[in-house]
Amino acid sequence: MRFQAASDQALLVYLGEEIGTATHECVVRLLRLLQQEPIAWIRNIQPAYCSLLITFDAAAVDHAEVQAKISELEQRAKDLPAAKPRLVDVPVCYGGEFGPDLEDVASQHGLQAEKVVELHIARTYHTYFLGFAPGFAYLGDLPEEIATPRLQTPRKEVAAGSVGIAGRQTAVYPFASPGGWRLIGRTPLEMFRKDREPMGLIAIGDQVRFRPITRTEFLATRRA
Amino acid sequence: MSLLVVESAGLLTTVQDFGREGYGVLGVSASGAADPVALRLGNLLLENKAGTPALEMTLTGGTFLFPDGAVICLAGANFGAQVDGKALELWRPHAILPGKRVALGATRDFARCYLCVAGGIGVTEFLGSASTHLLSRLGGWEGRALRKGDVLPIGRLEKNIRRRKLASGVLETLRPGKTLRVTRGPQSDWFPEEARRILLGGEFVVSEESNRMGLRLDGPRLASRGNAEMISEGAPLGAIQATPSGQAIILFVEQQTTGGYPKIANVIGADLHCVGQLRPRDTIRFEEVPLAEARTLWIEKQKLLGSEERLFA
Repeated sequence: MRFQAASDQALLVYLGEEIGTATHECVVRLLRLLQQEPIAWIRNIQPAYCSLLITFDAAAVDHAEVQAKISELEQRAKDLPAAKPRLVDVPVCYGGEFGPDLEDVASQHGLQAEKVVELHIARTYHTYFLGFAPGFAYLGDLPEEIATPRLQTPRKEVAAGSVGIAGRQTAVYPFASPGGWRLIGRTPLEMFRKDREPMGLIAIGDQVRFRPITRTEFLATRRA
Repeated sequence: MSLLVVESAGLLTTVQDFGREGYGVLGVSASGAADPVALRLGNLLLENKAGTPALEMTLTGGTFLFPDGAVICLAGANFGAQVDGKALELWRPHAILPGKRVALGATRDFARCYLCVAGGIGVTEFLGSASTHLLSRLGGWEGRALRKGDVLPIGRLEKNIRRRKLASGVLETLRPGKTLRVTRGPQSDWFPEEARRILLGGEFVVSEESNRMGLRLDGPRLASRGNAEMISEGAPLGAIQATPSGQAIILFVEQQTTGGYPKIANVIGADLHCVGQLRPRDTIRFEEVPLAEARTLWIEKQKLLGSEERLFA
């Protein structure tokens, strides 16, 4: 574990230095302990691949005190039983108007579009964290064969439900927003709804599978 | 219930309070007033709770009709507010008679003006806050900026408002500056000494492409050392990150919660409200302070803002 002051009110806690499920499991355990035993001076916790950003009440504690408390908790977090992951199924209509970059991704790797879809649905993905926007889940790891860098110029508007890939990550855009990920399909599901509990369809630590659907099925689900 | 009718909305007017901190796990940034100090003072002058929802106007204000009357207070930037052609002073409670309209224009000094109403603006809370989060279209009034024709409920007056006044010197002490104090960022070492010298010695200009998510800065470039790919991590409010082209961006209240650009420095908590009052084309500078000093400045400012004796005459 390594600590780094991020601002005068925030401390970064690194639990590893490489993206992977082993490090991420440590992130999730520490997060769970912090959620089970909330600390009054913690204002926000932002998990990511290898780290937790802890924002704290700087009038109550300083970095050294936060560090001491987190060190103590991290020791205990190691003994927490592993959480049983939830499996989330996400239907996706690939290609065409819903996946404008599918052909491009395929040709960049010398593959047929069908093969890209096949590789995308072959895996169960791990949810590393939610970031960028409410409900935007960073899922990994995408098969190496279809890992593709972000667009040089991000789109000004990406439709809600768009399924994108960037590097070895994949994600679903919960809202219409600007975005630089390459779009290969779209889900009719609403990823984030404020009148639902939980609001986000995917939470940190969840296992996610994509399933291909036809355009007709997409439209039928949308209407339902 | 009393009403507020939007006759014209201005450039970008949203409902804001102190935001919803604490939902990073959902990927939700706090949002909230860009200048929480102005929001606090405006509300306290009306004897509202400090974080009561108010209208945040940006660069140019709107025209608002109060069919049932209201007591209001304008705080922050001077948008030349008038009622019936008569100027309304900032930082003072004003009784608006039923059927009168408050008209605001273009800013004469800073970026944001708050229209606080005794009893507050009535919107449904989302995750414990009334503040609008524009990107995700959540919170506030239908999750969006106000438009002509919107009719918002406002609180009813339950008591007579005292003619409260700020103590002399308070506004000078809290006046938003254009030199922002910073502490070192978590990737400060990724930048060569030259970039750090440029950050602290150079002048930067706030770009037109700035908003509540972040302020893009034109001016000198901050090249980071090598092109080592950073692993995305949580980014604090006020983080100064550099894009691959070296452009500096200050992450602001509607920031993305995580990011993969290296962060060279971070605006200190005590100066964050100044960021909310920066206008496009403003020239700014940065000055580094140690963490301990940043903390002292924060505690001092919180003490002042929490002390009614020191704030009001």
